[in-house]
Amino acid sequence: MRIGSTFAEKMLAMKSGKGKVSAGEFVIAKVDGSLANDVTSPLLIRRFKEMGLEKPYKLPGGFEIYIDHYVPAPTIRAAMEHRNIREFCKRFDIYFSEAGNGGHLRLPIERGHCRPGMLFVGADSHTVLLGAVGAFAAGVGSSEQAYVLYKGDLWFKVPESIKIIVDGKLPEYAMGKDIILKILGDLGETGALYKAVEYTGQAISDLSVDGRIAICGLTLEMGGKIGVIEADEKIVEYVKKKTNKPFEVIKADDDAKYWKTYHYDVSGLEARIATPPRMDMVKDVKEVEGIAINQTYIGSCVNGGLEDMAMAARILQGRKVHPEVRCVVVPQSREIYQNALKEGYIQTLYEAGAMLAPSGCGPCVGGHMGVMAPGEKVVSTGCRNFPGRMGSPEAEIYVASPATAAASAIEGRITDPKKYF
Amino acid sequence: METIKGKVVYKLSDDINTDKILAGRYLVLTGDEELAEHCFEGHIKDWKEKVKKGDLLVAGENFGCGSSREHAPIALKSSGIAAVIAESLGRIFYRNSIAVGLPVIQGPGISKKVEEGDVLEIDLDNGKVTNTRTKEVIHFDPFPDFIQAYLNEGGLSSYVRNRLIKNG
Repeated sequence: MRIGSTFAEKMLAMKSGKGKVSAGEFVIAKVDGSLANDVTSPLLIRRFKEMGLEKPYKLPGGFEIYIDHYVPAPTIRAAMEHRNIREFCKRFDIYFSEAGNGGHLRLPIERGHCRPGMLFVGADSHTVLLGAVGAFAAGVGSSEQAYVLYKGDLWFKVPESIKIIVDGKLPEYAMGKDIILKILGDLGETGALYKAVEYTGQAISDLSVDGRIAICGLTLEMGGKIGVIEADEKIVEYVKKKTNKPFEVIKADDDAKYWKTYHYDVSGLEARIATPPRMDMVKDVKEVEGIAINQTYIGSCVNGGLEDMAMAARILQGRKVHPEVRCVVVPQSREIYQNALKEGYIQTLYEAGAMLAPSGCGPCVGGHMGVMAPGEKVVSTGCRNFPGRMGSPEAEIYVASPATAAASAIEGRITDPKKYF
Repeated sequence: METIKGKVVYKLSDDINTDKILAGRYLVLTGDEELAEHCFEGHIKDWKEKVKKGDLLVAGENFGCGSSREHAPIALKSSGIAAVIAESLGRIFYRNSIAVGLPVIQGPGISKKVEEGDVLEIDLDNGKVTNTRTKEVIHFDPFPDFIQAYLNEGGLSSYVRNRLIKNG
């Protein structure tokens, strides 16, 4: 009897040149595209040299390095590493994106490099977010990325898959981030360990590219190997606007076999917040309302989109950031920044008292641009709240949506955004 | 082929992430020794004094979850850790550890059968961990041959250089 294939099984069968593969099998799969950032590239360069490689393998979708974590360079050491990266890229004719252009996970989508049906690996754990456009995208380390630059392929264990069906109509104050925080709280940090997660349902279809990015990106925080939303008409239209390059939409079979299936209805979903020190300690924002904060961060790979800027501006319009709060805002890319300028969002946010930092990862990775002192509290729209992530291990990081961060910035304490709607 | 014998220097809890193993502010570093210098900084105070070459690390569920930083397994290996045995492992950490030549083993039940200070014998070929104090045994799936080959060479970059490129 024929059993259908999940998205992950189809992709790995196709890329390994096999007719069909099943969960648990090891395969060698062709890699379409790969990316690294300024944090993982220095080690990649070390591995490249150690392996004795003479030139990088030409991947069909390209290999790209983005400087986005430490921008502009905060220390001499970082500046030196950036210089090494620039020289490496120039020497080997590698696609390079300079500091200030934006995040290494947003730009491949924005520039049409990562398209539906592609297999991407990135030297960054949140590479999974590229699944927002229907790609199979997984994080790897620097050595394995160097191997990809040697051979153009990589080993994979075919993962079991989880299907998450999200129906209903999301309330106006809630965002993609709230959906994924709801799921993350239920499944836990190991709920999707080694698994491929497919998201589907009306509430997912309703989401823009920005909302989908937040969902796929945080799949990693449940241990997921990939998080994917099959490309629908909205994505196909988006990708076609960005590039003329061809792509193929891959969909799971209707009779595919899933390890688990979950159903959600997000009508009436409360704004959600991950409380320190874990991403799966998720509560309704109203349960922790009133906790005084020192900083808010609106940006990051998962919440630095135009929709995120629009939401923050909508709430901060005609209001002021609390005098005891630093409100850091980072549009993820130059394009988003420029569109936010055109739409007046930046003007609104600036007038409200926010400070704008150059496109990139911002303070989420704790390098600079707003690190936290011991005992301080931050509401971040970033992707992680581990102790020490944003500076001092004694700082407390609450992760929520841009709506919750903006509302909290105004009040100076954690605030349910509902009251602003 | 290979048996690893060592002392369990620490038994850690669940969900130890790579930000704890090596903090984000040190990601500009790339050298083995300089990464070891900051391993578990701010989280395990006596790490540098206590860990001796050949020691083993035992942990709970989801060890190495979080960031893709290969800096984390490098810092553990260059601190002297010979192998990690955990209830379960973060996916990218698992791949990265193999890539840097650090054997990482998923041994469900390990944290209940081992105490800090115990000496363990790991039989990689047969997928067996023996606690020499209690004689208790934990079984795990042996690595596929290609992964064992990376480990035997001390990591993926040596494997590529010595086994693939040199041999054409």
